[in-house]
Amino acid sequence: MLLSTRPNLQACDDFYEALIATHQGLETAQSHALNARLVLLLANHIGHQGTLLHALELARTSAGFAPAVAELAERGAVTPVAPVHAAA
Amino acid sequence: MPNTAIPLEALRGSGADIQAIQIPYVRHPDQDVAEPVQHPVVIVGAGPVGLSLAIDLAQRGQPVVVLDNDCKLSTGSRAICFSKRTLEIWDRLGVGQPMVDKGVSWNLGKVFAQDQSLYQFDLLPEDGHERPAFINLQQYYVEAYLVERALQLPLIDLRWHSKVTALTPRADGASVTVETPDGDYRIEAQWVLACDGSRSPLRGLLGQESHGRIFRDRFLIADVKMHADFPTERWFWFDPPFHPGQSVLLHRQPDDVWRVDFQLGWDADPEEEKRPENIVPRIRALLGKDADFELEWASVYTFACLRMDRFVHGRVVFAGDSAHGVSPFGARGANSGVQDAENLAWKLDRVLRAQADEALIDTYGAEREYAADENIRNSTRATDFITPKSEISRLFRDAALALAREHEFARRIVNSGRLSVPATLHYSPLNTPDGEVFDGTQLPGAVLSDAPMRRPGDAATIWLLRALGSDFTLLHFGPTPAWAIELAGVTNLSIASEGEAHAAHADLLDVQGLAAKRLDARAGTSYLLRPDQHVCARWRRPDEAGVRAALQRACSATASAV
Repeated sequence: MLLSTRPNLQACDDFYEALIATHQGLETAQSHALNARLVLLLANHIGHQGTLLHALELARTSAGFAPAVAELAERGAVTPVAPVHAAA
Repeated sequence: MPNTAIPLEALRGSGADIQAIQIPYVRHPDQDVAEPVQHPVVIVGAGPVGLSLAIDLAQRGQPVVVLDNDCKLSTGSRAICFSKRTLEIWDRLGVGQPMVDKGVSWNLGKVFAQDQSLYQFDLLPEDGHERPAFINLQQYYVEAYLVERALQLPLIDLRWHSKVTALTPRADGASVTVETPDGDYRIEAQWVLACDGSRSPLRGLLGQESHGRIFRDRFLIADVKMHADFPTERWFWFDPPFHPGQSVLLHRQPDDVWRVDFQLGWDADPEEEKRPENIVPRIRALLGKDADFELEWASVYTFACLRMDRFVHGRVVFAGDSAHGVSPFGARGANSGVQDAENLAWKLDRVLRAQADEALIDTYGAEREYAADENIRNSTRATDFITPKSEISRLFRDAALALAREHEFARRIVNSGRLSVPATLHYSPLNTPDGEVFDGTQLPGAVLSDAPMRRPGDAATIWLLRALGSDFTLLHFGPTPAWAIELAGVTNLSIASEGEAHAAHADLLDVQGLAAKRLDARAGTSYLLRPDQHVCARWRRPDEAGVRAALQRACSATASAV
């Protein structure tokens, strides 16, 4: 099941206002922390893996970034890829 | 025999006795012959993996030479968490009981963040298993009990002070040069099994490499001797007040020894951190300023998750840490190595008896590379959770921890190490796919679940895994079909519920109905189990042709897919 992007919010403007209000008075770092919790809470509610992966992909590509690479070997930028030889 | 040089009493002694053992050098008759002596199997490395493999092969009637470059057992506790599956394998090798008797059994884990307890988890939340989820036991005890068992088996030729310095592979075996205190000698092997640890000299001699990730973090691992009344549980702290910003792991071991792992960060100086005057304050911060303890052993580690591209290189086969390495979170190192050994032993035995083609060894590679990937995936994820590599990774990690206080869903996201379970070999070419519908986890490729049984007319509990044959086993939920008795190399076990019509003639009574429940069995259901206790086929109503085909597939498949 792909993520539905059809309009679905019961009260679109009310939700958006509540979302912004939820961040009111927070430092940017605190807002980031709140958003992270929000993502986890909503992801658990959706549950379905295909839907969630589709959402991750849409979020990334709509921001103009190339799709993320999930291959272990390709994450070398995060931590080094190192062959370990007998001499190691 | 050279073996008698090992002081037997010390093997059953205390940790100090075992670590003090220095096995004297004994010249071997192979060193005094003009032509190199031929051996079917040479195992390099007398650690938990090499010794388990040697015992398994010897129990199957295969003579093995085991070479170890050292004259001592493990120094320091090293691998300490041995899983239910490892214990079940060691039960089959005749060495599970001393491990469990000496080890500290545990099923519960607790996770803390800052100064709060977040939640606890039970790794074996159901009854009806002989063995606990884990025991904690210092590696030197494990090696001592395995050596003691190996010494009971005359087919095992254990040679210490024997370092392999050259390896010349050929199509039908390999030539091995062994360095000893009084010179080099050569032996010929049909098969060389490299169980020589993460830095595997044999891997280097073959010009092979392991690939993967090394984590930019350092960990202090310390064994502390003390009297403490902490419960026998695995405790994991994220960002505790006594070690802010980092993680800490605590495990209980026998002899009042406790293992503490402190995350140090990448900037820590390993030489400085190894000094007792720097370790002691860290431990005192955890235990309290009045704590009375003694530092037994410590080491500073950097973790890596890596593996060889292939484990089988002609007649040289890699198992355990030489083939793959994981971070310690999840206890997947030694445990997966012992499962490698079990997978390889029965297959090599069949090949040596000319009951199977060499392609069966390729399925060892395929199955255990698959398992290694699963272990590395789990271990990498745990390490990334524990030591986030980016700001956003830390943000989500902290969000998950914060939510976990109140919300059960977030507890499942928190990853302090998904603890070792045997891989289900989903795509093994040795499996016969289901032709009928079954529920539950015991699908082809899975390790059989244990269950309590008794024999008719005998009240004593007998565990299902212990009742299996050393070769293939057919479990019949009902009477054994007449044709099944004729199958060569197959142990038939007929299982009945108490009070069933054929109960008096059954081999095993499913006293709590747990076997039938776990295997989703009905009257007439049969399961075919490999010698390593993995399910490889099952039927609602088996017929002879189907079972023979599954047996043939399980011993002769080529390593096409996985």
